[in-house]
Amino acid sequence: MSAQALPSPPIRVLVAKPGLDGHDRGAKIIARALRDAGMEVIYTGLRQTPEMIVSAALQEDVEVIGLSILSGAHMAIVPRVMELLREKDMGDVKVVVGGIIPDEDAGALKRDGVAAVFQPGASLESIVAFIREACRGKR
Amino acid sequence: MKAAERPFTTISGVPIEPVYGPEHLAGMDAARDLGAPGAFPYTRGIHRDMYRGKLWTMRQFSGFATPEETNRRYHYLLEQGQTGLSVAFDLPTLMGYDADHPLSEGEVGKCGASVSSLEDAEILFRGIPLGEVTVSMTINSPAAVLWAMYLAVAEQQGVEWSRVSGTLQNDILKEYIAQKEYIFPPRPSMRLVTDTIEFGARHVPRFNPISVSGYHIREAGSTAVQELAFTLRDGFEYVDWALERGLSIDEFAPRLSFFFNAHNDFFEEIVKYRAARKIWAYAMRERYGARSERSWKLRFHAQTAGCSLTWQQPYNNVVRTALQAMAAVLGGAQSLHTNSLDEAYALPSEQAVTIALRTQQILAHESGVANTADPLGGSYFVEKRTLETEEAANRYIQQIDQMGGMIAAIEAGFPQAEIAAASYRYQREIETGERTIVGVNRYQSGDQPIELLEIDERAAEHQAAKLAALRRRRSSARVTETLDALKRAAEGAENTMPRLLDAVRAYATLGEICEALRSVFGAYQETPRL
Repeated sequence: MSAQALPSPPIRVLVAKPGLDGHDRGAKIIARALRDAGMEVIYTGLRQTPEMIVSAALQEDVEVIGLSILSGAHMAIVPRVMELLREKDMGDVKVVVGGIIPDEDAGALKRDGVAAVFQPGASLESIVAFIREACRGKR
Repeated sequence: MKAAERPFTTISGVPIEPVYGPEHLAGMDAARDLGAPGAFPYTRGIHRDMYRGKLWTMRQFSGFATPEETNRRYHYLLEQGQTGLSVAFDLPTLMGYDADHPLSEGEVGKCGASVSSLEDAEILFRGIPLGEVTVSMTINSPAAVLWAMYLAVAEQQGVEWSRVSGTLQNDILKEYIAQKEYIFPPRPSMRLVTDTIEFGARHVPRFNPISVSGYHIREAGSTAVQELAFTLRDGFEYVDWALERGLSIDEFAPRLSFFFNAHNDFFEEIVKYRAARKIWAYAMRERYGARSERSWKLRFHAQTAGCSLTWQQPYNNVVRTALQAMAAVLGGAQSLHTNSLDEAYALPSEQAVTIALRTQQILAHESGVANTADPLGGSYFVEKRTLETEEAANRYIQQIDQMGGMIAAIEAGFPQAEIAAASYRYQREIETGERTIVGVNRYQSGDQPIELLEIDERAAEHQAAKLAALRRRRSSARVTETLDALKRAAEGAENTMPRLLDAVRAYATLGEICEALRSVFGAYQETPRL
């Protein structure tokens, strides 16, 4: 960035916990890390339905939705979020998913339009870098 | 990394000295601080002969898909020499939803067995003599309902409740603090817990109505001291409520049980268990005036740390689990669950769970650690760290006392914020490489493929079909009548257990019962905080 350029507004990210699972350790760590990296983070809290998540994303005008799912319900939940985003013409919102997602499911989710799937052990740095890069082209 | 650059701190960040000696124990009083094994304050264990008299119970937590499939796994585990059962329920069951509820979509049978009615409980325990096998049930918000189902199955088997033994987790406070599987607000939830403690003391005297749990607090990222302090303070809260109900301390305290994590830092875990027994013994005797020795003794189950298992190089998890299990044994656990190597991925396969059970059998029969009580007692390091851990936990306990107790602390978000800060700090340490996780941030190598258990998607259909048939078969009039009676009991002050028993015997479903209670108690929503 040159000295004269205006600082760009922070990337807006919605971090959501869909499904019945209450294990929010990962979601909270990611939300803090993104915030520490200068992003504007909205954390939905627990037990959000796909409808609630997409409606919050619309209201908060986010560029990125991060979904944390550890219960194995990702194949029921994530495709529904993607479908709702397409229905509402929000296809440019990047969706990233973190949690216990087997490789073959990760492949299927990416084919459905998910920008990235982060499995256990993924570094916070790699997640921050991915989101920055994904938003670069749009800003 | 040079030796000087490695941090000499425990996994919870406590600094450790290069060597410990008699000068570290200057203020220690052996009678006050240690006692003998089996004697107050039980720092060295609750039994004089410890594992020589009886080995710990090898109790693998297990449950997946349908009750039919889980029942088969139980028979397998018992045939392999497991000595107790421990039921894992799926998320819909834990949250009080039937398998065919819209919010259950995608979740049925994934994290445990699906149980929506007494019929499912009958299947779950088919062929398992409830008068002989002790069963632990990991269920919290709807614990009273599942316990009613369990007692109804015992009735059908012709087993007197006075002979039924086992443990209900039933620790709702740690749900608000850590695991977040709550349905109702804290106070009505505490009333249900108190109902079970009272009912147990009167009618099911060999059952532990509660297992006050630090496990999930630790899994949510707490330090060892936070796990210890929040768990014991939760225990005091249950005691306060039961006393308020009019029970006398020695009537119910002997049946309060505990559940702790066994994490990676070997000695930190051992001193945590030793300090736990000591703090509890003193609190029961002095804070609550318990006279019975049985009230003073803190009995606990331990489970190796699920959050320590790595997705990378999963076979390393066998080693982690063995070390953690050994810490639990050296710390004097009464029962133990060892995690399986594949649990960073999924519920364990039969092969993986067998290795986990064999790990306990090797500890018990080959390692020699069970030959003598508290083999580490008297170690300068262990005794000093036990004292330090006790002091640190007591500081937290006093802080929560000053806030007005655990419910007030939870409402203020205090334990939640302490845990979140600790968990973020730990993750940062891994991120910077300050803390090494083998195979994750150092010594990385290629993948090691493993075979995983897959949960058949048909489990949900199977459960839904069974529920539909049940609803056609049962008497709806009887269901309505028992649910109405339950609601009236919930609105008033009478113990809800007899009404819950009537409702489950009428085959009212878990979802219907929880909905009836929700209509009286309301639902809890946490304010999202980072």
